[in-house]
Amino acid sequence: MSDLSNLYQDLILDHNASPRNFGELDCPTHRKEGSNPLCGDNLVLSLRVEDDIIVDVRFSGSGCAISKASASLMTAALKGKTIGEAEALFASFKDLLTSLEPSPASANQLGKLAAFSGVRQFPSRVKCATLAWHTLEAALHANDVASTE
Amino acid sequence: MNLEANMIATPQRFQLSAVTEGMAINPYAIRRDFPALQQSVHGKPLVYLDTAATAQKPNAVIDAVAHFYRHDCANVHRAVHALGERASAQYEAARKKVQSFLGAQHSEEIVFVRSTTEAINLVANTFGRSHIQAGDEIIVSEMEHHSNIVPWQLLTQSVGASLLVIPFNEQGELDLDAYATLLGEKTRLVAIGHVSNALGTINPIAQMIEIAHDRGIPVLVDGAQAVAHMSVNVRELDCDFYAFSGHKLYGPTGIGVLYGKREILASMPPYQGGGDMIANVTFEKTTYADPPQRFEAGTPNVAGAIGLSAAIDYVTHLGIGGFAEHEDILLRRATEAITSIPGCRIYGQASAKVGVVSFTLDGVHPHDLATIVDREGVAIRAGHHCAQPVWQHYGIAATARASLGVYNTPEDVDTLMDALDIAAKLFR
Repeated sequence: MSDLSNLYQDLILDHNASPRNFGELDCPTHRKEGSNPLCGDNLVLSLRVEDDIIVDVRFSGSGCAISKASASLMTAALKGKTIGEAEALFASFKDLLTSLEPSPASANQLGKLAAFSGVRQFPSRVKCATLAWHTLEAALHANDVASTE
Repeated sequence: MNLEANMIATPQRFQLSAVTEGMAINPYAIRRDFPALQQSVHGKPLVYLDTAATAQKPNAVIDAVAHFYRHDCANVHRAVHALGERASAQYEAARKKVQSFLGAQHSEEIVFVRSTTEAINLVANTFGRSHIQAGDEIIVSEMEHHSNIVPWQLLTQSVGASLLVIPFNEQGELDLDAYATLLGEKTRLVAIGHVSNALGTINPIAQMIEIAHDRGIPVLVDGAQAVAHMSVNVRELDCDFYAFSGHKLYGPTGIGVLYGKREILASMPPYQGGGDMIANVTFEKTTYADPPQRFEAGTPNVAGAIGLSAAIDYVTHLGIGGFAEHEDILLRRATEAITSIPGCRIYGQASAKVGVVSFTLDGVHPHDLATIVDREGVAIRAGHHCAQPVWQHYGIAATARASLGVYNTPEDVDTLMDALDIAAKLFR
């Protein structure tokens, strides 16, 4: 059970059962749908960015515990961050999940997001943990303000 | 069974299981024929419950494929040397083996393809493009695999035809009254799954074919999930096309079969162009070979056909007529046990079902379930099983699916239940 309890840490189970920032923003500056076509997971991410700072962010959709908890913890971590800081966070998150030797600096920067370190042992689940982040990247780079697609 | 065809490609060197034909299936003896089932995963003995995705392969199949590559490897239909003649003879013997397995009248009615998917795409691109025009209608069902939906969508969208859908009820059984009303003047083809990969339902295809034929409408049957569970006789069914994949019949991946009635195949234009499918080529005019070569452009999967032939020998030797009873006992055990877990729901409760159980457990996403039970050594599938409209019917996105094979035991089902219990506790 050690691998499993490392994957499904209490923090992840908690955010799966009670996701934070769940729903959609009324007047987002950025909005993007993300999906994992192979497994059917989907989410909608809406952000309010003012002066390069993410002032609010919400997500909705359906997915497994890993993808839901990842989206929940991501939204909590993003509030108040600049876009540059958000991108750096994603880089560290990816490093933690996929690098052969994740740098200790990444882990330090990630805070609560480090709870996903157990996903490393489950390569088929990495895409569950990164779905919200890929959607964030697409939302920020689309540059089409308040996209309704 | 065609004994002569059977003898051609059942060399004595392949050791078959000790189980005698006609006796009840003994999964404990059968398991010994499957090397992949002897392993442990994550420190636990493997319990393989994903046979609907692909079946594990018996030694007889693995040995037949290896033997071809070790001794007989050559291209077919062209070489005059000894290996070429051996390879060609074995490839054509495999075709006869499939003919006999399906009860087809002629071996030319058997076209080797990559998979069920390719077989359906072949029909859509040849029969479809020559017989279906703007305003025409094709009928499929709500429980089809994507491979029996998307090829028809591509066709109907490009020619301006329509795709009509037979609905199913809460148990996962097709509405035959709705089917009868969908059939009309404009219907050019019915394309229907013999067995649903998502719900396990065995559809009443003999009856459905008869209803369509009363109106002169041809029927394609997607048999991907059927051939490993029951005897299929295309002449008794009188279907116009029947498609299946070798890998779900305990054979290799990358080999599939399209059966088509001789006169219909003869009326169809080629699928892919290339070598082996021509009669004569000039830059002015190329004439095409007769079926089945017309539809087998390029070097075929010779080893795959030989492996499929060995798989047919293997399941025939075990007695495929007994598979359904064996799986039904396990299916009932699994259904009862899963139903007794609080918060568990089974999707697909048709009165005629193969060994497929799609289910959800409240509060635990199917992907998490599959990951947790995998750590107990249990392989199940999670997701939409390439049949998204089925889950749209029920208003969900995904299920977990346990599917049974001839090598599964009651203990396998019990191990799954123990693993589900661990999942339920973890998320409680």
